[in-house]
Amino acid sequence: MQRIIKNGEVIDERWHLLPVDATLDGISNSDDLIVPLGLWLQSSHALKVRDGGLGVWLQSHEQIEDIVDDLKYFKVVALDFPAFTDGRHFSSARLLRERYGYQGEIRAIGDVLRDQIFFMHRCGFDAFAVRPDRDPYDALKGLQDFSVTYQTGVDQPLPLFRRR
Amino acid sequence: MHPADRPGVRDSLRAENYMYVYDEYDQRIIEERVAQFRDQTARFLAGELAEDEFRPLRLQNGLYVQRYAPMLRVCVPYGLLSAPQLRMLAKLARDYDKGYAHISTRQNVQYNWPKLEDVPDMLAELASVQMHAIQTSGNCIRNVTTDQFAGVAPDEVIDPRPWCEIIRQWATFHPEFAHLPRKFKIAVNGSAADRAAIEVHDIGLEPVRNEAGELGFRVLVGGGLGRTPIVGSFINEFLPWQHLLSYLEAILRVYNRYGRRDNKYKARIKILVKALTPEVFAERVAAEWAHLKDGPATLTEAELERVAKHFVDPAYKALDDQSAALAALDAEHPGFARWRSRNVAGHKKPGYAAVTLSLKPTGIAPGDVTDKQFDAIADLAERYSFGEARSSHEQNIILADVEQSQLFELWGELRELGLATPNIGLLTDIICCPGGDFCALANAKSIPIAEAIQRRFDDLDYVFDLGEIDLNISGCMNACGHHHIGNIGILGVDKKGEEFYQVSLGGEAGRNASLGQILGPSFAQDDMADVIAKVIEVYVEQRSEEERFLDTFRRIGIDPFKERVYAKNH
Ligand code: HEM
Ligand code: SF4
Repeated sequence: MQRIIKNGEVIDERWHLLPVDATLDGISNSDDLIVPLGLWLQSSHALKVRDGGLGVWLQSHEQIEDIVDDLKYFKVVALDFPAFTDGRHFSSARLLRERYGYQGEIRAIGDVLRDQIFFMHRCGFDAFAVRPDRDPYDALKGLQDFSVTYQTGVDQPLPLFRRR
Repeated sequence: MHPADRPGVRDSLRAENYMYVYDEYDQRIIEERVAQFRDQTARFLAGELAEDEFRPLRLQNGLYVQRYAPMLRVCVPYGLLSAPQLRMLAKLARDYDKGYAHISTRQNVQYNWPKLEDVPDMLAELASVQMHAIQTSGNCIRNVTTDQFAGVAPDEVIDPRPWCEIIRQWATFHPEFAHLPRKFKIAVNGSAADRAAIEVHDIGLEPVRNEAGELGFRVLVGGGLGRTPIVGSFINEFLPWQHLLSYLEAILRVYNRYGRRDNKYKARIKILVKALTPEVFAERVAAEWAHLKDGPATLTEAELERVAKHFVDPAYKALDDQSAALAALDAEHPGFARWRSRNVAGHKKPGYAAVTLSLKPTGIAPGDVTDKQFDAIADLAERYSFGEARSSHEQNIILADVEQSQLFELWGELRELGLATPNIGLLTDIICCPGGDFCALANAKSIPIAEAIQRRFDDLDYVFDLGEIDLNISGCMNACGHHHIGNIGILGVDKKGEEFYQVSLGGEAGRNASLGQILGPSFAQDDMADVIAKVIEVYVEQRSEEERFLDTFRRIGIDPFKERVYAKNH
């Protein structure tokens, strides 16, 4: 079983991430599922009536504007990093929290590594599915990289100049 | 406490008089950075971080791996250096490098030969004098640059330095913009002339006052050089200062979300601005900003004051201009007169002058400084200029607050140090990238071309007579030497594995910047000095009195130059 970082701890993963080309065929009714955006846009009615938990995941070029009216249906929004150097979803996470008031889990998936987690957390990510070949306990240390930050962020809305 | 402020330092030399001094927060951030990078380096050396994973991390700390060795780029925020910082740069050159370093075209300092495993220690030493290498490379917001005469220029409207520092802090480890599509460079100009080349930056800012006397910014986006050189477009003529950071955030967010990531040659913001048109880009920014405006990033009077108090005037004496005395010295010492006419600039205070130390003597790579020179400059800064110096994007060093009555004495000392070449703004004050001697991306060498041209134009009287000419050399189309905006630009190109050079004419870096026009087919290395000599001949024949090279070029166009340079030899 994969383990992920959630709220600063390593926990067992219970959500299933469906691949990008998943269809409704044979989809479990009771499992907790994170479905690709495309499936959600096609089949939201069917997905809403399932018993299991529902989350959605976005590729790095997909826009959160496509889900902002549906946020109440999602316990998890997972944002994919095809490479850790693709920073688009840093903005997506901030917008979800700061503009659209999303309070559920925002999870980083894909090329998620220790050295980016600090920034991700500041942008509003609270869960990290660290790349499977890496130790999530090691990655956890990345959250402690800095004890002072200058800018506004989701973790600390007041910039340092309003606190110093 | 800034290291310049150790007990016993004269009051007039206290760093807080002339530069931003870190408080405990600023200091903690750079120390935590050193620890983080030390750990990353250790993990890389232990094989826990793959090369691909380490590369973006080290780049964000200014560490390239180059042709022969790593290269470390140390940040000099908007070009300001205190004497202790200069001494630290000397120490690093001595202890970790081959006894010299290089001033870059973005006011930073580069070391060409450090060892990877030494870099964490170098950073720790830098942190002890409030310096770092944060975001000096990589696809993030880079060092903010400005006019090397900021705070002392007679034509200054508003001192850009507090704004540079406010932007520096905002940009440092900005979590949302740590992995942009491409590098991002911001420049600020506060004067009538534009000595910061803001129009060829990703964002250019100009503090201005509106008719009501309120302070705000003109905002330009989408300038840049590299393979697709573009002069940027102003998208906001007056942004009230309180909103500077939220507006920058809006620009960066639009870029971060919509800038191209599929092709690194099309990833700069200039390509996005061009694709959307500046008008549409401005609308997107305005729409984003509407949400951010008046949020917590809104700047406060208190913050502006906290930062600006570090940039008040040093303890200037009430002096008179020394025109008569200096003219008398000129008459007696032609060398002094020459130096004064080129390397000494006006100052807002009577009796003071800003002095440029030329790092362009013939035979030395443009912008190179030895450890001894750094140490000596630190001493000179303390004795002549309130303990402060600046680096310029033209790759020279400036002492900004020298008493006119001390110019002669200073000139003598600078000559001893090889820092008094009287060529600032002249043909031999060449702006040049490291090129094929150091850089792995180079198509061709650039330093030997600079030297060949300097040797060809070794008659100072002649060079003086030619007047102001910017000559810029880049070893490849990445344009680190800003060749597009040189009055004469030289670009290294690869022709079937051989090093060739393309020449362009008519570029201009300042206000209403323009890009040079290509003269024609490229030339072999050995021909370059001759080619430039022919270009200069045409200018000399065609100029009207007092006309600068650039003005002659604009009047007569490129054809006369083409005809001469490509004429068949008889
Ligand atoms: C030796 C290692 C270096 C490497 C590998 C390197 C690489 C590059 C690359 C790839 C670009 C183009 C970026 C783009 O257009 O997206 C660039 C631009 C630039 N570099 Fe360098 N560079 C190096 C050294 C320097 C040095 C020593 C200087 C200063 C003397 C410098 C100053 C610049 C400047 C000012 C630009 C900006 C041009 C623009 O606006 O596009 N670089 N560099
Ligand atoms: S212009 Fe090209 S050769 Fe020169 S430093 Fe930049 S990348 Fe290297």
